[in-house]
Amino acid sequence: MGALRVVFDSADAGTFLAGFGFVVHHAGFLAHKAVEQLELSGAALGVGAAAALPLGVALGHLHRGANVAIAASILGRALPSILLIAVFLTVLGVGFLDNMCALAVLATGPMLTNAHDAVDGVEREVVEAARGMGMSRLQVLARVELPLAAPLLFTGIRVAAVTVVATAPIAAIAGGGGLGDVIVNQASYRLQGVLGACYCVMALSAGVWLALLGLQRALTPRPLRSRRVLGAGDERRELT
Amino acid sequence: MSAAGPVIPSFGRGSACVTGDHAFCWGWVRDHWGDTLEPHLVQHVELTLVAVSAGFAIAFSLALLAHRLPAIEHPIAIAAALVYTVPSLVAFQILVAFSGLSNATVEIPLTGYSLVILYPNVVAGLRAAPAEVLEAARAMGLRRRQILWRVELPLAVPAIIGGLRVAVVSTVAIGTVASLVGDRGLGYPILYALRLPTPFRTEIYAAGALVVVLALGFDLVLVGARRALVRWAR
Repeated sequence: MGALRVVFDSADAGTFLAGFGFVVHHAGFLAHKAVEQLELSGAALGVGAAAALPLGVALGHLHRGANVAIAASILGRALPSILLIAVFLTVLGVGFLDNMCALAVLATGPMLTNAHDAVDGVEREVVEAARGMGMSRLQVLARVELPLAAPLLFTGIRVAAVTVVATAPIAAIAGGGGLGDVIVNQASYRLQGVLGACYCVMALSAGVWLALLGLQRALTPRPLRSRRVLGAGDERRELT
Repeated sequence: MSAAGPVIPSFGRGSACVTGDHAFCWGWVRDHWGDTLEPHLVQHVELTLVAVSAGFAIAFSLALLAHRLPAIEHPIAIAAALVYTVPSLVAFQILVAFSGLSNATVEIPLTGYSLVILYPNVVAGLRAAPAEVLEAARAMGLRRRQILWRVELPLAVPAIIGGLRVAVVSTVAIGTVASLVGDRGLGYPILYALRLPTPFRTEIYAAGALVVVLALGFDLVLVGARRALVRWAR
């Protein structure tokens, strides 16, 4: 893993500006790396969602597994990305699959927790009213619980997506590609290159956040739209 | 082996388990607990405690300030969230340029990240006191400062400890990235073993298990603290 030979430049305020210069002069290269990173992140998010969302929704629907949801949120934070990459590397070898699996595990934490809490938190009276109207359990889930749970559930997806995109640079220590290739290679790109790539990662995270927020608004049924979706408090499950 | 000794000193030593690259070698863990695992574990504990303590002190002061001046609450939250979008990998590299390969280089970003998690929780906690309770306190003749220390802060304890749990666990995890700028914390053995021509699995698994155990250990301590402090909720 040659890219890890870290050389450290000195820096002053000008270096931060030079970082913007790097972005401007190497826009094509950085865009290529950003796409690489988005591919890796998207695959990881997809795999993570396929595992976490059905499980979280099912547990929430049955009002069970609150402990599983809490454990997922703690473990999701306690497992360092470097460790996950290293462990999967010993099993899967260097490359896309290793990094994709590591990031997918990171993504499951917030998605599982939020999916559970969202469906579990749907008011019981509403569910009972729906049952009283003669809906089957599956209809209640599809027509009542999921639409009402959508905002919080989507928040989980958004948090997971940003976590994955922002963490993906670390994948470069194990051949993951993406903007991390620049970030872990100060020897070649100098500190301004590292900073330039960092600005791109930050912009990418913010872009993914806003894009998913837009998608969420578009998908939320109109009557529910007035609910705040961009609250500061809803991003983090409070562990109390 | 010749009398002059091998060219690469550590080459050829180690048990059959280690040289044969078995999945996990308890013998290696026993032999290297003292010279590799324990020192890095201790470093990691220090790393985490210093960062979270500093982050808590800053977050708490800022939250008290924001509690007094609601106008600055939101700008601080946004600034804090911006800090969190800086990849830790970059934060450590930037700091190296200013504070070299010192403890500050590792602690400053870790403090920043924990601050981001703690601040909203302390603010939310301070806001958790129900209006009736505040009114009752005022009716009893408590002053603003007394209300803060005797009513609002005790009621904020659950949210504050909730924030501390997330912050400590995250700091333990992010702390592993610090090993990219020097031999510090449990990330180093993981990274070292990863960079060998053949990744050495025992070291990765052992150090990784210690990271997870450490994070969960901190979490348990805080859950215990919550039980001890929040007696009224039981």
